[in-house]
This record gives sequence, C-alpha cells and structure tokens, in this order.
Amino acid sequence: MNVPSDLKYTRDHEWVAIKDGIAAIGITDFAQGELGDIVFVEFPEVGDSFEAGEPFGTIEAVKTVADLNAPVSGKILEINEDLDNDPSKVNSDPYGDGWIVKVKLSKSHEQDELMDATSYEELIG
Amino acid sequence: MKRTPLYNKHVDLNARMVEFFGYNMPIQYTSIVEEHNAVRNSCGIFDVSHMGEFILSGEDAESFLNKMTINDIYTMNPGDAQYSAMCYKNGGIIDDILVYKFDNQYMLVVNASNLEKDFNWLNQHKPDDVIINDVSQETGLIALQGPDSRNILQKVVNVDISKLKFYTFVEDNIDGRNVIIARTGYTGELGYEIYADHDSIQKFWDAIMETGGLIPCGLGCRDTLRMEMKFCLYGNDIDETTNPIEAGLGWITKTGKPDFIGREAVLTAKEHKTRRLIAFEMTERAVPRQGYKLIFQENEIGFVTSGTQSPSLQKGIGLGYVQEGNHKPGTEIGVDIRGKMKKAIIIKPPFYKQGTAHL
Repeated sequence: MNVPSDLKYTRDHEWVAIKDGIAAIGITDFAQGELGDIVFVEFPEVGDSFEAGEPFGTIEAVKTVADLNAPVSGKILEINEDLDNDPSKVNSDPYGDGWIVKVKLSKSHEQDELMDATSYEELIG
Repeated sequence: MKRTPLYNKHVDLNARMVEFFGYNMPIQYTSIVEEHNAVRNSCGIFDVSHMGEFILSGEDAESFLNKMTINDIYTMNPGDAQYSAMCYKNGGIIDDILVYKFDNQYMLVVNASNLEKDFNWLNQHKPDDVIINDVSQETGLIALQGPDSRNILQKVVNVDISKLKFYTFVEDNIDGRNVIIARTGYTGELGYEIYADHDSIQKFWDAIMETGGLIPCGLGCRDTLRMEMKFCLYGNDIDETTNPIEAGLGWITKTGKPDFIGREAVLTAKEHKTRRLIAFEMTERAVPRQGYKLIFQENEIGFVTSGTQSPSLQKGIGLGYVQEGNHKPGTEIGVDIRGKMKKAIIIKPPFYKQGTAHL
C-alpha cells in the first residue's frame, strides 16, 4: 500500500498536500482500492467554501458511492477537470494525476489535526 | 464462513474476498470493468459453487415439480434446462431456480441465500415417494461465459459441444468422473455452466485456466453483466413481496397449467397490475443505487431495486418498480440521487443488445 511520507491524511482516507496556504486534496491508494473502478467525481464549484468535515463532493465507483469530506476549511480554487474525461486516474495515480481539488485554507491551525503517514498506516493496518 | 472448493485458487489469485450469504466469495480479481469487458468480448470464468443443488427422484417427481414451480415441467425433455420459480400461495416469489431434467431425475439449482428455505418448502409438500437430496455441499459449479467460451471449453471436455443448444445440457465423463455441461448462464453471452464434484471442479478450473484467453471473474461483474440484461437478482428485484407478473417473469409463468402453488394469486395479479419492474437508463451523469426513489412529474412512483454504472453502455442503469401506467418505455422519469433529481428514461430491455447467448 502506497502511503507517501510527505502528505497528511484524514480518517476518511483522503490525503492533503499543503503548500503556501493552498491544500491539494485527493483520496488515498487504500481508498481507491476499496472503492474499485471509479466512474466519476462530482465536484463542487470553484469558489464554494466548506468547513472541515463538510461533504464537498462525491465519488462514484461501479459498486458504490462515497462522500468526499473537506479535510480542512477553505475555498475551492481549482477542480481537476481532467477526471471528467478519465476518472480512472484516481485509481491509477491517486497521489498525482488523480488529485481532486485545490483549496485555499481559511484556518491554518487545522492542518495540525491531520494525521501523518505513520499514523495513517496504522489506521489502515 | 463457508468456502467453495475453489477458495484456495481465489486466494492465490489475490482476489478481493467478501462474505456472500455465508460464503467467502471473490468479488473481483483485478477490476469489475476489466472482468465485465472480458465476458462481453472474449471469456471469463466464475466460481459460483455457492449455488445450491437438489436432486429430486421418484415416480411422482415430475407431477410434484409441476405443482411446485410456475413454469411447465411437462414441456421438458431429458437434457433440457428450464428457468423457473417457486411461489407462495399469495404469489410471492420464494426463489427463482433452474430445473434440469435427466432420464430418471431432476436437478434444481437454487440461490445460496434461499437454500434452506427452499429445501424445507419442498419437503413440506412432497409426496412420500419423492426423494429430495441436497447435494450442494458435494457439488462445485463453474460458469464459463463469453463469445470465446465454446472454443475454450471444447479443449477440456470429451463430448462435442458444438451442437449443444441454449438451455440444454450433456453429461461428460472426464477422468472417470461424471460432469454436467449446461449451456446456461447469467450474463447474456454464449456460456456454459459446469457441475462436478469438488475434486473434478478444481481440476476443471486449472485445465480451463491453462488454455489461456480468459480471465477469472468475480461476483462484482456477475452483477453488472446480469443487470445489463435485466436479469432479476433474488433479494434485489424479486423476493417474497413481489409476484412473477410484476417482475416481468410472465414468460415463465404458465397459468394455463391446471394447478401450481400461487396460480390463483398470479391470475389475479395478471388482471390487476399495480406495479411493474422497469429498466431505465440515466440521461444525466449519475449512478442509481438500490433504494433510491423514482419520480414522475414530481410524484414518487417507485424505487430502484438494482443499479450500477453500466461498463458496456458507460452510463448509469437501473431496475426498479413503478406504478402501473408509468411503466412504458420512453417515459422520462427522475431518480432522487441523494437529494438531487437526475433525469432518466425507461427503456425496453435489455440494456445491452449485442449479447451472444444465442450464437
């Protein structure tokens, strides 16, 4: 199971990469494996704001559907429109081309509550 | 949890295993979409050994089965298979089943989820001379499905299967063991189901895998394949609260037979239809799932019983019950997808029309 050490994680199996107050967000390798073939991602609108823990989108797989919950509070800056053409990128490259949204953080302290790679690896056992 | 005789093969193949009515079964090996496409385009092999098998014998077995099932047993010749169902007196479906007619006995293939219920029901009604033998624990079952299945299967069996017709079967002797080869399936493609004892089924699996040109397929794609054909799944689309008429199983319901359990209720259901199982496809990007509400002009008209993203059509498809009158193909309906209304249209099944089952 691929769990990059330079990312932060949530209990909902999302990853977060924070740089200069902007968070890139996606789902983990574990999550994509559990969901199976991903059919599409339902994105929020650019400009929408979410509180940490709030659902901001959904991810539909052949077999099931999952909510995407905001790992941190903030405003949507960008959505990965490439996934509309090829949602399987979430399966094949969950930490790279399969990223889902970029968010401008509104509460900088929240990132301290995210898990590091070691804790996340323990969670997924 | 119970294991099929092929459990170790699945583990060796790194299958994702899930519990399915008490059995530890493979849901997928690599990807549902990949396995689905293999069956549509070439060939896939499934372990469906969890299914139950009963052998019925005795002089009155034929008349007994004709009373217990809704299809017409008397139209069967030895070597025929028949899709049928058993109903309660009120018309509710106990199970949908396959009946295989041999020279001196019948084999019933039942859903794993209903095995005990079916066995008890049959025993409660049987005359003394009918013997019902549950051979589920000794019997393995492989489904080989897809346009290439005939060529692949011919490489590992002794009998000539080139003339085997849809819904018929032959018996073969392989290494001294009796094997049943039936041209049946649950995918809409040319395909075969092979029944054999545990030892033989393991050898059969290996022999088929060694031919190449196919991949192992799990229950995940079995579900997407059957949905594209509008084949009912017991527990989703049919159950004790649905009758065969509203489920679209009128074609196997022979009300012309003088008597079978549920006949009166089925006749009434035919005259007073209240709802129908319909097939619909999404016209917006969305995936319907079991339990979602179906809407027509802002009124709730029914609910989804099965839904998925169709790998062949690459759109959301579903089955569901709607009120009589709102059931016609071409009707534009809405699906309440977690609070958002998404557009769909009722279609004339099947969704996937290029199936090779009758090749």
